[in-house]
Amino acid sequence: MAYRNPLTPYLRLTAAQVRSQAQYRFSFVLDLFGQTAVTVLDFLTILVLFRITPVLGGFELHEVLVMSGIAITGFSIADLAVGNVEQLAHYVRTGLLDAMLIRPRRVLPQLLAVDFQLRRIGRVVFAAVVLAVAAAASGVEWTWWRWLLVVTAPLAGAVFFSAVFVITATTMFWWVDSREFSASFTYGGRDFTSYPLTVFGGGFRRLFGYALGFGFVAYHPTLALLGRADPLGAPGWLGWSGPVVASIAALAAGALWRTGLRHYKGTGS
Amino acid sequence: MNAVITTRELRKEFTVRVKTGRFSRARRTVTAVDGVDLTIEAGEMVGYIGPNGAGKSTTLKMLTGILNPTSGHVRVCGLEPVPQRLRLTRNLGVVFGQRSALWWDLPLRESFRLLRHVFDVPRADHAARLAQCRDLLDLDGFLDTPVRQLSLGQRMRGELTAALLHGPRVLFLDEPTIGLDVVSKQAVRGFLSDLGAAGDTTLVLTTHDLADIERLCPRLIVIDHGHVVHDGSVERLHHRYGSHRQVVIDLEADWDPGHAPEGVTAKVDPDDARRVRFHLTPGGPSAGELVARLALRAPLRDMSIVEPDIEDVVARLYQAAPADSAG
Ligand SMILES: Nc1ncnc2c1ncn2[C@@H]1O[C@H](COP(=O)(O)OP(=O)(O)O)[C@@H](O)[C@H]1O
Ligand SMILES: [Mg+2]
Repeated sequence: MAYRNPLTPYLRLTAAQVRSQAQYRFSFVLDLFGQTAVTVLDFLTILVLFRITPVLGGFELHEVLVMSGIAITGFSIADLAVGNVEQLAHYVRTGLLDAMLIRPRRVLPQLLAVDFQLRRIGRVVFAAVVLAVAAAASGVEWTWWRWLLVVTAPLAGAVFFSAVFVITATTMFWWVDSREFSASFTYGGRDFTSYPLTVFGGGFRRLFGYALGFGFVAYHPTLALLGRADPLGAPGWLGWSGPVVASIAALAAGALWRTGLRHYKGTGS
Repeated sequence: MNAVITTRELRKEFTVRVKTGRFSRARRTVTAVDGVDLTIEAGEMVGYIGPNGAGKSTTLKMLTGILNPTSGHVRVCGLEPVPQRLRLTRNLGVVFGQRSALWWDLPLRESFRLLRHVFDVPRADHAARLAQCRDLLDLDGFLDTPVRQLSLGQRMRGELTAALLHGPRVLFLDEPTIGLDVVSKQAVRGFLSDLGAAGDTTLVLTTHDLADIERLCPRLIVIDHGHVVHDGSVERLHHRYGSHRQVVIDLEADWDPGHAPEGVTAKVDPDDARRVRFHLTPGGPSAGELVARLALRAPLRDMSIVEPDIEDVVARLYQAAPADSAG
């Protein structure tokens, strides 16, 4: 008897995890506020910057807020869905990974489902609200394709950041736990993506923005939404490159994860 | 021939980095499993024993698809464990004594319900197997208790149930009685013994508690430093390492060496000249024959049979140099 929907067992696992966390209602609410506050601080940083300067790399406050709105909404969805993968070393130590391996299901979705943290949802909601408000304040001419773009850009960003989470966590299969290394790409990538490419130096911009792909997540989609030409001279259609870049990143992440799992050494006990 | 598990020249090496100085580290290769050949038939109950670090858990992890072998051949239920993990795990039940497959914060009953979805078990089959385990393992008192509040013994009964709800063909147990109190150990052994007697399930059990093995497993595989050093019955192990059942006889008078039946040697107790011991060797007289013959020659007062201590045998085995075919 196979499920018609192959996602069903994973959704059941997720639901069970949410139910078990709901037992600790007070700590859940506390965490929800704490997590949301972190995202509020991310945006406050931008507001503080604009007290010092009226334009940042050629962009005004509401424009940068659209950009960071896309970046942080995408990041927060990824963090909600797959952010736990950065605990991989912990899952290995506690034997959770072994417990997943002896079941007839894919390991990664099981791991994410059994340790799903619903309290991170506050971040997604807050970032999406900032994006909506900033887009409204920017006087975007709402054509149908701009509506499409404002929805797909954060989702493509979510897929892209999810891939980054998985790729950096997977390095653990070869090296020892490298949380700092991972964080410089995940959280570092989010911060990079929240600001216009124009504020970064050439080498850094080429590496993070184009070679690693972070520039396609929010910078180019924002230009397309606002109807602005790239001050750096890149073509306008790059605003639509997000889903393609995200798909490539996701495929790479999947391949790397499977290779890593073959190198899995277990724990010594 | 209906082998459920076969391995040939199975090896697993781990590369570990060891500190050699303040800043220097060297890579060293640890061979955890070193050329293991196993053939286990359907319905067998096998004890896989060895000292700490012998390679028991590593072998089990390669058989269950958790770890990729470094080299060698391995088939379980006709499948290659790592590449065909998704298909294989439907046929396996696995219990790690020191790990849990249950949901910590949920009632035990909920874990069982989730596993039904994870393993796609038809509702009726699941209910029937759960009813059987509830009965045999006496789960009813704590089915609605969150797993984190269970005692170790209760939890282990839950783990066993969890491993069986999808009706596995092979059950792997890694140290299932570790840390359990005497009563829980008995419950677990009794349950496994019934399961094995039913004959549908192949059972492979690692342990360092030899009482588990004596009670459950007709076949014993001993591993040390990654090598199999014994594979056969408990009796063969005793035979090979010269440990025998003894008959201890108390006589009415001091022992007279002339009374010894031919083919056996008597050892007189150094503290009591009226007590003698006879080692029973295969091919020699049985305990009954021995006593009958002795009774014709000297008046007996009492007798007892002393079983060889498997712990001693295995301790000797571990000390012995790498196996030869001395048996
Ligand atoms: N993940 C690992 N990394 C490095 N060494 C390991 C690992 N797992 C097991 N070992 C080593 O392999 C050997 C066998 O371990 P194991 O199979 O756990 O033994 P047992 O279960 O018989 O006690 C030990 O020397 C152990 O230290
Ligand atoms: Mg072990």
